[in-house]
Amino acid sequence: MAVADQRNRGTILALTGPAYLWLTVTIFLPLSAMLYCSFLDKSPLVPQPASLTLKHYAAFIERPVYQQLMLWSLELGAVVTICCLIIGYPAALALAKVIKGRWREAMFLMVVLPFWSNALVRTFSWTMVLRPGGLADQAIHVVAPDAPALNLLYSYPAVVVGLVHSYLPYMILTCYISLQAIDDSVIEAARSLGARSGALFRRVVFPMSLPGVLAGSALIFVPAVGSFMEPRILGGAKGATLGMAVEEQFTVTANWPFGAALSFLMLGAVLLICLALYPAARKRMEGL
Amino acid sequence: MKLGSTLLTAHLWLVLAFLYVPIVVMAVLGFNASPLYALPFEFDPVWYRALTSNTKLIDAGIHSVGIAIVNTIIATTLGTMAALAFARYSFRGKTIMQLLLFPPIAIPWLVIGTAMLVFFFWIDIKRGLFAILLGHVALSLPYVIVVVGARLATFPHAVEEAAATLGATPWQTFRRVTAPLLAPGVIGGGLFAFAVSFDQFVISYFLAPAGVTTLPVEIYGAIRKGFTPEINAISTIIIVVSMGVLLLTARFYRFGGER
Repeated sequence: MAVADQRNRGTILALTGPAYLWLTVTIFLPLSAMLYCSFLDKSPLVPQPASLTLKHYAAFIERPVYQQLMLWSLELGAVVTICCLIIGYPAALALAKVIKGRWREAMFLMVVLPFWSNALVRTFSWTMVLRPGGLADQAIHVVAPDAPALNLLYSYPAVVVGLVHSYLPYMILTCYISLQAIDDSVIEAARSLGARSGALFRRVVFPMSLPGVLAGSALIFVPAVGSFMEPRILGGAKGATLGMAVEEQFTVTANWPFGAALSFLMLGAVLLICLALYPAARKRMEGL
Repeated sequence: MKLGSTLLTAHLWLVLAFLYVPIVVMAVLGFNASPLYALPFEFDPVWYRALTSNTKLIDAGIHSVGIAIVNTIIATTLGTMAALAFARYSFRGKTIMQLLLFPPIAIPWLVIGTAMLVFFFWIDIKRGLFAILLGHVALSLPYVIVVVGARLATFPHAVEEAAATLGATPWQTFRRVTAPLLAPGVIGGGLFAFAVSFDQFVISYFLAPAGVTTLPVEIYGAIRKGFTPEINAISTIIIVVSMGVLLLTARFYRFGGER
């Protein structure tokens, strides 16, 4: 690998410049502008000059309804992440350690295939299953013909199911990658030293796959907390989240500064939670 | 242990069922004659025929495909260039630049989309297809850089040196040696970029003006007005396109390391 000298600097700049200029204009400057916007007393849409204020952050503290929304969103994110872990981890384990050869390749592809297909369309597909007279309803009535009509759509469980469906492949993917990296000889060694299946999993396999678990959890928790489309389609009015409140500030009430403040409060809360959990996770991994 | 393995495999099949059943149900109901999804199932492609005269959806579809293609060209070019610089040179600020790729992936699209809305308003970029394209390229770039970078990490540099030693000019080396070796990674990255753009809803939703939309935005509006089998039909087409792109990607880019 060459070391940068004066000659290379121009090449490096020419190669990386366009991509990072693009990211600056479309990601970094907008995020800075959004932060600035959250301190303005008037929406940028209003022609009068605006001055700086903290009132939007104060409003969050003064109005319990937004704190409630924040708690609900964080709780929703946690529930979805835990469900994804409980469902996804064993699936990743089966994929990495049980299934072999061509079947593994095919099933792995089956798992990641929905990963890139449209989240909106997949959320819509759940309305077909959960609506009254939908597949879930029909299935229940086959088992119990006298059961009352099931209305799962527009409920909290519907939102959780939709989000788990959206994000589950992330968890399977990250857990699979770290589980697959565990050498089978390590497992054989533990087994020949007398470890039973339970201990083998608790003391060897799970700790070694922890990086994948953590990466998957972070990749799911953050967007799930900020979700608004899934709760709107599957939860109706009942699935109120902070994400829906932010969307409303930008599309309906046009109170951009308040929406921006809510966005940054959400980012801050998510970041704090990740930072709070990080030392515990690192300790666990160092204990290997 | 035998029992454990059987249970794990059974679980994996259940997970696959969970992932695919709703999609299959949606696709099947798109071929059902009843506008109210009533059963028994009666095969009728009436909703697909209805699509051919739905000019709003067709326009949105053309926008979606067009933006995805232009996005793929720009993001793949710029992303490959950056990935080459990261792989070839070590320089100050490289780690920070690589870390800067995470915010576009990690920050919720809701926040990024609304931030673009605010900033573009200030610098006077009107809502519309151009603004949507700007946003899509930003979201695609990190993926292209990571995917192409992964390919470059296993790149046999000795081959290039050998070509140079044997008298090839830098351009000849690039065209005859580097480019062919790099092609699978670049094509993989490009297909990723296409999928990111074609499926992107949130960013487009905030940057689309009334009347000029992409397919997902148009579908979202339709869902909120009420469900019709026409939505099933167009959704099925979208799923087939994006899954097709992903299957193509899998040919060029191996997921999950060695298998």
